[in-house]
Amino acid sequence: MCDSCGCSQPDNSVTIRRAGQNVSGSANHHHAPHHHHDRPVQGRIVEVREAVLGKNDALAAHNREFFKNRRVVALNLVSSPGSGKTTILERTIRALLGEIPMAVIEGDQQTMLDAERIEATGAPVVQVNTGAGCHLDADMVHQALHQMEPAENSLLFIENVGNLVCPAMFDLGEAAKVVIISVTEGEDKPLKYPAMFDAASLCLINKIDLLPHVDFEVARCREYALRVNRRLEFFELSARTGEGMPGWLDWLRSRL
Amino acid sequence: MHEMSLAVSIVELVSGKARAAGATKVTAIELEVGKLSGLMPEALAFCFEAAARDTLAQGARLEIREVEGGGRCLACGHAFVLDSLLAQCPQCGGYAVETVQGRELQVVSLTIDEE
Ligand SMILES: Nc1nc2c(ncn2[C@@H]2O[C@H](COP(=O)(O)OP(=O)(O)O)[C@@H](O)[C@H]2O)c(=O)[nH]1
Ligand SMILES: [Mg+2]
Ligand SMILES: [Zn+2]
Repeated sequence: MCDSCGCSQPDNSVTIRRAGQNVSGSANHHHAPHHHHDRPVQGRIVEVREAVLGKNDALAAHNREFFKNRRVVALNLVSSPGSGKTTILERTIRALLGEIPMAVIEGDQQTMLDAERIEATGAPVVQVNTGAGCHLDADMVHQALHQMEPAENSLLFIENVGNLVCPAMFDLGEAAKVVIISVTEGEDKPLKYPAMFDAASLCLINKIDLLPHVDFEVARCREYALRVNRRLEFFELSARTGEGMPGWLDWLRSRL
Repeated sequence: MHEMSLAVSIVELVSGKARAAGATKVTAIELEVGKLSGLMPEALAFCFEAAARDTLAQGARLEIREVEGGGRCLACGHAFVLDSLLAQCPQCGGYAVETVQGRELQVVSLTIDEE
């Protein structure tokens, strides 16, 4: 994807592969144990003044530049586990196939299951298994882009690991974060995870087909989320029945 | 546990800087953590200890300096101490508050032993 980046070696616990491929390129590399010296040493202070996530932010900027040059709109989908990210993607891809080129990066700690679901829709997909990692980072997305170059003028969906905390801190170079909450969760989630709702541009309230059976008050959820982020936009939808999907699909069209 | 992700990032940054400075060991790390970063200093210190194992930073003392949150009301312009991302403007009651300080997470300095 890039000529100048000097791509780094993948972390040994992370595997990145096209759906249908075997695991590859995850050769372990261990650091040599360092030696201990017995003679006395003095302390010296080294100024650093660098952001802890500075390296990630620089790689994210690199991804963002790549997306800009290719006119790829990258969306980082974040939610708790089970809110419906993969189901929304399946339905979205089936609706827009043939109209807009789309590709998917699937983040998951262990399995290929979501990537297989996406592959069945016909969109190209790369799975990133983060191992113990609870979020995607910019380097993983960068490596995934080396496995699958998104087309020009396309949408790239990045399904993050199900977690509302860490993904808020790791910029991937996306155009926007889309946070998903389902009506089977508490409507106070925006208050409990303010950093994520603050970082997001759009909030999808999913599983509205279940509203008659749960206590979830959509208006209250919106009000809480707006308290954290007054610029947040919303769509209420059901990835199961398709209700509410047109608004989200139009939002996607308008981003290109 | 997001403290773990960040502890790993801290160790990577510190190890790189320490190696470049010719360190054989890092004995202390001065870290600035904003109060609105969502990080718990104790949890961070705990995770750091685990993340630093078998690196140049093993056993280093983590000196965490907390940075107060600061906000500015977008409605009335009032500037005030912000203790959460959900704070209301104490002057006009508005929720449209811009965070101007308190999200920092940076390594300020290291103390190293050299050859
Ligand atoms: N009733 C209902 N179930 C849904 C909806 N969207 C997803 N689900 C179900 O919720 C579960 C988790 O969905 P999934 O897409 O795997 O969530 P993810 O972990 O966020 O990717 C699955 O059993 C889905 O069938 C919806 O709109 N309505
Ligand atoms: Mg999923
Ligand atoms: Zn005010």
